Amino acid sequence: MVREFARPRRKNPVLRTRLPNLPPGGRSRVALGLTAAAALGRFELQRCRDCQAVQYPPVEACSRCLSVRLRWELQSGDGLLIAQTELAHSNDLFFRERLPWRLGMVRLDCGPTVVVHLHGDCLPAPARVRVDARLDRSGQAVLFALPDTETANMADDPQLREFTCDPRFRKVLVTDGRSPLGQALVEHLVKAGADLVWVGQAEPWKQFPGLDALRAMPQVSIVPLDLTDSSSVRELAAEIGGRVDIVVNNAEVHRTHGIGDRQGIETARLEMDVNYFGLLRLAQAFGPALRARAADGPTGAVAWVNLLSIYALSNYPPHGTFSASKAAALSLSQCLRAEMRSAGVRVVNLFPGPMDDEWNQTVVPPKVSPAVLARALITALKSGVEDVFPGDVAQEWLERWRDNPKALERELAG
Amino acid sequence: MDSAISIEAGGVARGDVGGASVLLRLAAELVSGQIRVVDLTQTLAPEFPQISLPPEMGQCWPFRIEEVSRYDERGPAWYWNNFSCGEHTGTHFDAPIHWVSGRDLPRNATDTIPPEDLIGPACVIDCTAESAADADFLLSRSFIERWESVHGRIPARAWVLMRTDWSKRTDPVAYQNYDETGQHTPGPDAEAVRFLVEERQVIGFGSESIGTDAGQAQYQRPPFPCHYYMHGAGRYGLQCLANLDQLPPTGAILICPPLKIRNGSGSPLRVLALVPA
Ligand SMILES: [Zn+2]
Repeated sequence: MVREFARPRRKNPVLRTRLPNLPPGGRSRVALGLTAAAALGRFELQRCRDCQAVQYPPVEACSRCLSVRLRWELQSGDGLLIAQTELAHSNDLFFRERLPWRLGMVRLDCGPTVVVHLHGDCLPAPARVRVDARLDRSGQAVLFALPDTETANMADDPQLREFTCDPRFRKVLVTDGRSPLGQALVEHLVKAGADLVWVGQAEPWKQFPGLDALRAMPQVSIVPLDLTDSSSVRELAAEIGGRVDIVVNNAEVHRTHGIGDRQGIETARLEMDVNYFGLLRLAQAFGPALRARAADGPTGAVAWVNLLSIYALSNYPPHGTFSASKAAALSLSQCLRAEMRSAGVRVVNLFPGPMDDEWNQTVVPPKVSPAVLARALITALKSGVEDVFPGDVAQEWLERWRDNPKALERELAG
Repeated sequence: MDSAISIEAGGVARGDVGGASVLLRLAAELVSGQIRVVDLTQTLAPEFPQISLPPEMGQCWPFRIEEVSRYDERGPAWYWNNFSCGEHTGTHFDAPIHWVSGRDLPRNATDTIPPEDLIGPACVIDCTAESAADADFLLSRSFIERWESVHGRIPARAWVLMRTDWSKRTDPVAYQNYDETGQHTPGPDAEAVRFLVEERQVIGFGSESIGTDAGQAQYQRPPFPCHYYMHGAGRYGLQCLANLDQLPPTGAILICPPLKIRNGSGSPLRVLALVPA
């Protein structure tokens, strides 16, 4: 049985901090379909629309009838473990450092037989398992077989932990504690076992509800941080940058204007200054230290989280300038993801629909609550998902956007 | 010596009487230290607190600074920055056009204000004890009249500076002094402002806190009386001043030219006072 993950001992400060190695990251374009689904937390395989055969590995044409009419479809992943082995030797740098490594072969109920990374709690073959597509540290999907029923310390399997970003025993920076979402994030991170949560506060003379509750948590440390002020960001990075394992950038400015209903550009510029340039400032200041500590023991630097918006995908004209700033942030987050990938640090983007906050006061429900959003983030970190669309509205928008972005644009224009 | 003027080490000018000799004597006394220059300016820095309006309103930029290059690949032999701020950031000047009551006056903006208005005598009214006891302290007409009974009548075209030692609150939280009902900082009441404008013809009013008006001035009648009456009469404002404790009650000369922004409503500036040693 997998043992409970124990708090790692403090590291010996005279030893060199190891550099991260990555698992093999090359994939064909068609194989990236598996990655695209896994980024959303889905296990999808291609199914032939002519002979119905489910395909693995991903192919250009059906492996049974050669039809090119293949469609990615959600799979349950249920299957039978028919063989397992333990890798004792590897010339691959990533696996070499992690030996021994359990591998198995699973006959999926949907058809194909697949090679999988094998969870430590899977019973010896033949045994029922559940196969999932998970992103590895290269950001590519691989297949991972989990026990078909929950075990005591399932998330603590050392192999599985190589694919996840569990906040337990980690140190987290939440960039804004003022918003109800910021406070919910802090609360849930603490509940998830974070050792320490630094919480940013801009404009300290503005008191806000909830500040005392934040201060009352022993894991919380309130720190001055204003994303519009480069020197403030650099100063905090100098103080704590070498200790942060997860950055959660939830600071945002949200005003409810399009182009024609607000004179001038001042509010739009403020949105851009926080939502886009703020991310850039933060990434320049905290990114290098995070990359350098990606292999710093079992609770080293592991993830970067951005609060975006479903409006980043397609402009919602009543909140038009906010949408534009989030679209800019989405684009920059892709750059950040590419730059963090060399260290295996995962960049997680949150795309909530309207949040139940003061700037959506006049938006009719459903609205996603701060608690739901915070829970979705914890789940995403624990499962290693990259793109999170929490709540019904975000899910619906995502489906409509994937189906036909132009149609969604017209629908949002009212 | 054909100029008929010479300056001795002691700073005494001889020769012509009149404007030229006064200026030369001034220069000499600055050199000798008989006249001291006091800097009344807060340092422009990102941490310095900024006026805060309700978030749905337009906001004045705080001071921000970005490095352009520092003897590096962005510019090998030179160091420089770009900075940004609002017209009402840090120690700053308010022109009459800042307020709706002064919007139609002639020469009411930073580029058109008569330059001679930017140098003048200062009367410093010490409200330190009262402000320490009550953050919402309001300077009244009777308080000013009591000051005059000791220091003499405020001359026309003088600056009146309200000394509160507020600038010594280096913690931004204490400086802004917000609670759930807003900001609590001292300022003048409406009657005092009208008295200074109409009966003393002051050229402007200066304060150490973030506005010339008190923190709760939106509840006065009219709201923000110092802005309303001063600017309505073409007079000026200075706020976020520092070092007023180094000025005598009377006898200092204030130098406070704002940046020459076209149609500007105000500007950050360096405020200097000339003070007899
Ligand atoms: Zn087929």
